[in-house]
Amino acid sequence: MKIDFSHKQAAHCENGVVSNLMRHNGFDVSEPMVFGIGSGLLFSYLPFIKVNYAPVFTYRVLPGLVFNRFAKRVGVKVKREKFRNPKNAKARLDENLKNNNPVGLQVGVYNLIYFPDEYRFHFNAHNMVVYGKKEDRYLISDPVMERVTSLTEKQLEKVRFAKGAFAPKGHMYYPTAFPEKLELESAIVKGIRQTCRDMTAPVPIVGVKAMRWVAKNIRKWPKKIGQKKTNHYLGQIVRMQEEIGTGGGGFRYIYAAFLQEAAVVINNEKLKEFSKEMTEIGDLWRDFALDASRIYKNRSGESDGYNKIADQLVIIANREENFFKRLKKVV
Amino acid sequence: MKKKEVPQDKSNLEKANIKDMVYAVDENGEYTTALSTGWEPKSIALDNAIKDIEERTAAAKARFFNNESSSIEYYMELHKMDIPILASYVGLWQWRVKRHLKPSVFRKLSTKTLQKYADVFEISIDQLKNID
Repeated sequence: MKIDFSHKQAAHCENGVVSNLMRHNGFDVSEPMVFGIGSGLLFSYLPFIKVNYAPVFTYRVLPGLVFNRFAKRVGVKVKREKFRNPKNAKARLDENLKNNNPVGLQVGVYNLIYFPDEYRFHFNAHNMVVYGKKEDRYLISDPVMERVTSLTEKQLEKVRFAKGAFAPKGHMYYPTAFPEKLELESAIVKGIRQTCRDMTAPVPIVGVKAMRWVAKNIRKWPKKIGQKKTNHYLGQIVRMQEEIGTGGGGFRYIYAAFLQEAAVVINNEKLKEFSKEMTEIGDLWRDFALDASRIYKNRSGESDGYNKIADQLVIIANREENFFKRLKKVV
Repeated sequence: MKKKEVPQDKSNLEKANIKDMVYAVDENGEYTTALSTGWEPKSIALDNAIKDIEERTAAAKARFFNNESSSIEYYMELHKMDIPILASYVGLWQWRVKRHLKPSVFRKLSTKTLQKYADVFEISIDQLKNID
């Protein structure tokens, strides 16, 4: 069985799955729109959780949150199911496919055979759509891939029941009820407000405060943990910024694209200016990554560039703080 | 980022025929999407991360042959795992997995426990006991 499903590549997996599932159900919502309404943008630093022997840095909200917030704000109902037993998980999936219902799945990347080996880490918050089954192969629309692909029953079971942090436990989700017309206007305003609130929150681990904390640590790390480890951490910061399989995806640019699109939908010219500004901030993040990479290119260390990139990060934090404080006032 | 500035550097994505999709602005300042073959700062970071794992795997192998550590540590590193991840795959407490890294404890493990590890690493028990 094969459901007539149109695959569209996305910059980020969760946005892509939501956008593709919405389009399948007759609602054309772009990836940036999903990301903006779902308040996907964030910065967070979790020094007490280690992944690949480095602390967690993230530029986006927790997996699953984008779809939940988006759905709530536009009036779509989402059903989510998790399973203990792989057999039940497979049966429920097959049932949905039989009913012509493509579903989103949360999966682990480590056993995803169509990714290059180098990209296969134990990262468990990847998302894909299953839209059919041919003999014993499931038809897969993975939003980070240009084209659709497929996995055997065994291969799919393995990625659905990957273990470790954020284990997917067969997690399957799909929209079940839609409004007649999507309430985009109010949803956009709600989405923007929440992002402004999160980014300027008075907590050290999220938003601009977390960026400043990282900057402070970058200055300390070379002495405290040595240059080799510091460089490893810097590499992790850059890889989380945008990389397949880590949940990254150049989020500042996606957000700028959202603001540009939102300006037209809610008829607010000011958002276009904000979009331009967010693009500039995205460029600053890329400069930061480039300068950080110049340091860790030489793995042994011997660089005095740490203070310089910490300064850059502080500048970005100041720009973003100023940006979100003003953005809050125009919506 | 402007569309014409989207990086097209060499990366490991090529092998699998994957390209990154990114958002960038065109000549009129409108947002659009473009495909990227890779970006050097990311490739270097990934290469370094892989080299780190290779070094840790080699060190674990050396420790095995010096009788300082069991083969489980080597296979754990080979599969890019750490103790919490391995413990969750074999379904044991972390402190037990940690103990199993000791050669003296490993030698006394039951076939049943060995099989659990062998299954996770997708090898036979004989292979688990030795490193080629």
